[in-house]
Amino acid sequence: MAERDDLVIRVAGEAGEGVLSTGQLITLAAARAGYGVLTDSVPPAEIKGGHSLFQIRLAPRRLFSRGDVVDILLAFNREGYDRNIRELRDGGLLLYDSGDFTPPENDGRYQQHALPLTDIARKELQFELGKNVVAVGAISALFGLDPEYIRKLLHQRFARKGDVVLNKNYQALDAGIGYVERNIPERGALQVKPGDFGNEARIVVSGNQAIAMGSLVAGCRVYAGYPITPATDIMEFLAAELPKVGGSVVQAEDEMSALGMAIGSSYAGKKSMTATSGPGVSLMVELMGLSSMAEIPVVVVDAQRAGPSTGMPTRQEQGDLFLAALGGHGEIQRIVLAPVSVADCFTQAINAFNLAEQYQMPVLLMGDTTLGVRTESIPTPDVSAYEIVNRLGITPHEGNGTNGAAGLGVESGYKRYALTESGVSPMSAPGQDGGQYVATGLEHNESGRPRSDAANHQQMTHKRFNKLEAARENAPAAHYYGDPTADVGLVCWGSMWGVVVEAIDVLAQKGIKVAAMAPRMVWPLPDKQLQPFMQSKRVVLVPEMNYTGQLAQLMRARYLRDVVSITDYSGGVFTVARLVQEIEGVHQHAR
Amino acid sequence: MAVQPLPLEAYKSDEKPTWCPGCGDFGVLNGLYNAMRQKGLQTKDVVVVSGIGCSSRLPFFVASYGFHGVHGRAMPIATGVKVANPNLKVLAMGGDGDAFAIGGGHFVHAARRNLDICYVIMDNNIYGLTKGQTSPTSQVGFVTKTTPKGTPDRPINPLRLAIASGATFVARGFSGKPKELAELIVEGINHNGFAVIDTFSPCPTFNKVNTFKAYREEVADLPKDYDPSDLHRAIEYASSDDPMYLGVLYREEGASFEDHLQAAKIGTEENAPAVIEDLFRRYG
Ligand SMILES: Cc1ncc(C[n+]2csc(CCOP(=O)(O)OP(=O)(O)O)c2C)c(N)n1
Ligand code: SF4
Repeated sequence: MAERDDLVIRVAGEAGEGVLSTGQLITLAAARAGYGVLTDSVPPAEIKGGHSLFQIRLAPRRLFSRGDVVDILLAFNREGYDRNIRELRDGGLLLYDSGDFTPPENDGRYQQHALPLTDIARKELQFELGKNVVAVGAISALFGLDPEYIRKLLHQRFARKGDVVLNKNYQALDAGIGYVERNIPERGALQVKPGDFGNEARIVVSGNQAIAMGSLVAGCRVYAGYPITPATDIMEFLAAELPKVGGSVVQAEDEMSALGMAIGSSYAGKKSMTATSGPGVSLMVELMGLSSMAEIPVVVVDAQRAGPSTGMPTRQEQGDLFLAALGGHGEIQRIVLAPVSVADCFTQAINAFNLAEQYQMPVLLMGDTTLGVRTESIPTPDVSAYEIVNRLGITPHEGNGTNGAAGLGVESGYKRYALTESGVSPMSAPGQDGGQYVATGLEHNESGRPRSDAANHQQMTHKRFNKLEAARENAPAAHYYGDPTADVGLVCWGSMWGVVVEAIDVLAQKGIKVAAMAPRMVWPLPDKQLQPFMQSKRVVLVPEMNYTGQLAQLMRARYLRDVVSITDYSGGVFTVARLVQEIEGVHQHAR
Repeated sequence: MAVQPLPLEAYKSDEKPTWCPGCGDFGVLNGLYNAMRQKGLQTKDVVVVSGIGCSSRLPFFVASYGFHGVHGRAMPIATGVKVANPNLKVLAMGGDGDAFAIGGGHFVHAARRNLDICYVIMDNNIYGLTKGQTSPTSQVGFVTKTTPKGTPDRPINPLRLAIASGATFVARGFSGKPKELAELIVEGINHNGFAVIDTFSPCPTFNKVNTFKAYREEVADLPKDYDPSDLHRAIEYASSDDPMYLGVLYREEGASFEDHLQAAKIGTEENAPAVIEDLFRRYG
């Protein structure tokens, strides 16, 4: 029997009915069995009740996007059916909990079967709570997952609750599997060949969790934040973990305070971070200027959501690049990084801290709604492979060594903002003798004293921009995919990458050659990566999830060359199919 | 090793204050120097944090570590410093506009967190740096260029606000009494928790109403038998306009924010590799 190359399963129903836990159990078991998994979940906009969905895509290989269409839809209730049935592909499979409702017959567009989850759990097992596990059993039997993986997970979860509960869960699992084997003849066509990830050490994490883990590895020891969707997970994660390494998490009263606290902590010697979403970044802009002017390292995560204003908080958009790169009064030196996948979230969190410490300026890390919440099975990071950069400190008594004012004068004392060749100056921390100085957002001389004469401002502006130019020169490596000899090039940023990679694979099968790159550093634009790529292409397309084509505009402005901006601003997904179609169109013209 | 007490000069930086002649902030600065000497503080262990305003320039005149931030955000920055290193002595110093207008939200939260910092507000009932507009502590009817008919807003009473927000040490000082002010600052630094010292610090350039002379007639020391642990009495005395009392109006002992932060720590930096390994196991 032919095995499928990938499968998209969507579970939909009332929030709190177990949509999430069903999905998570399947995801983890599938990942442990060696499948590549990529999930997406849409929490309800309402706090209680409301519609919720969880989507899992699995394949015998690494996955880059959530997939365009749904192969199997499991609807827990009528609303789950109503809202999702359109996305079920032709020839797909609808399963519905017949204890709850019966959908109308369809005209043969897809197969449909009752899956009496509630009845099985209630009547057959006398275990109403087991409904999700029945669902897990049913779905796993459909794609051919070895039930041992789920048994192990159930054991991990329920063994503490005693044998009775554990056995009930095992029975529920078997009931789900048995039902499918008896009643769903199509299951043979839905089997997916497992991958060979089974022997590799892997973790299953979300983008936000990967950012939090990366920040721990990078040495983050203070986190201050104010809750906002979809960034809050990072704070919740670190609130549990940072105290274990002697660090602290503070829930601030607003975002200005959150960034102020992070800046204060960094000034006092600890690597510090805050995470927010667009509305929070707007509030932080004044303090980003302070971090830049006072040359204090700090990391700001922007888990972008669809705006403007409070917009569509649970929907996705890449709408904050202008704000991140250009937002602010005066000219703020800052670095903007954009991770492209869950694994890259980990790497880029480390890059963010390294760059902040190396150049003593704010670094923004641009996540987004789907990247933050989606889980992927990724290779367990090898921590020793990452270089960790610490800030340039002062050697003891680099100042004049006296305790007190004598000699700490403008000319003789410690020069916090010394004009070095690189622009980076040694930074003391309170408590270090000889390093006394005043950090300030006012323009200042090398000793940190407020000065506003023209010559000084020019020198200091040079100093700060030198650091930015050095960062541009030494940008972390970009991602590349596709055929480097292609005439058509794609440049994208952040979570758009997954769609781009899969579109290229589809196009390759059609004999269309495309090359793609995603810079990890999106501000300042990394000339050494972007220029040669653009020069080697006849056409450069820039697909983005925003209206204004923000990266495209920044590239046009810097490179004085036109690029084709392709945008999607629906708040939904930029599909692989749409991108393939766009590129095919351009390709026709380019010929 | 015993630390050497420092001479007063050791606390003075060679940056000369830019304040107008006769500005009340000079007296507060002198009070601070004296308090630091009386406490025997080492300048390397002190961080003076401020926002923006005439008064917020103060960190530049002290030979310790300092942070002159942006308008209104002294409290968040001071909080961050303490979170990173609770062993530091953190003093916050700045204006009434900085503290109660743009920084009003932060003030309330710094107080309820009971941060172990000493906040000296240099209260001149006006905005000095922006050349004389009405401030949150200006009296009703106070005439400035932005309030030509007199401000209709009622003034904040900093002491009542501090007490209501949960500050555990609330005092009033006066730049015209630098010796007493120095003592208040010493007490504020000694206090384990958020110490607010609202300090009358006249602006002779823009405020012709709340002058040294006027304050001298309006202030009085607290009665000898005053008990600062009595919350109701503290509010009553804080509310008095005639006279306006100087001294420690309210004091409450208890754990500070830093005590809680330290207690929440369940490991140290050495645990980092094990914590990360454990994470990878848990998510594997
Ligand atoms: C965000 C922002 N808004 C406004 C200002 C302008 N500004 C600077 S200082 C100040 C008020 C100063 O008053 P106060 O804090 O009482 O200090 P003083 O100068 O009286 O000592 C204002 C409004 C600013 N620097 N930043
Ligand atoms: S304007 Fe007022 S507050 Fe500012 S320095 Fe002059 S006297 Fe002092």
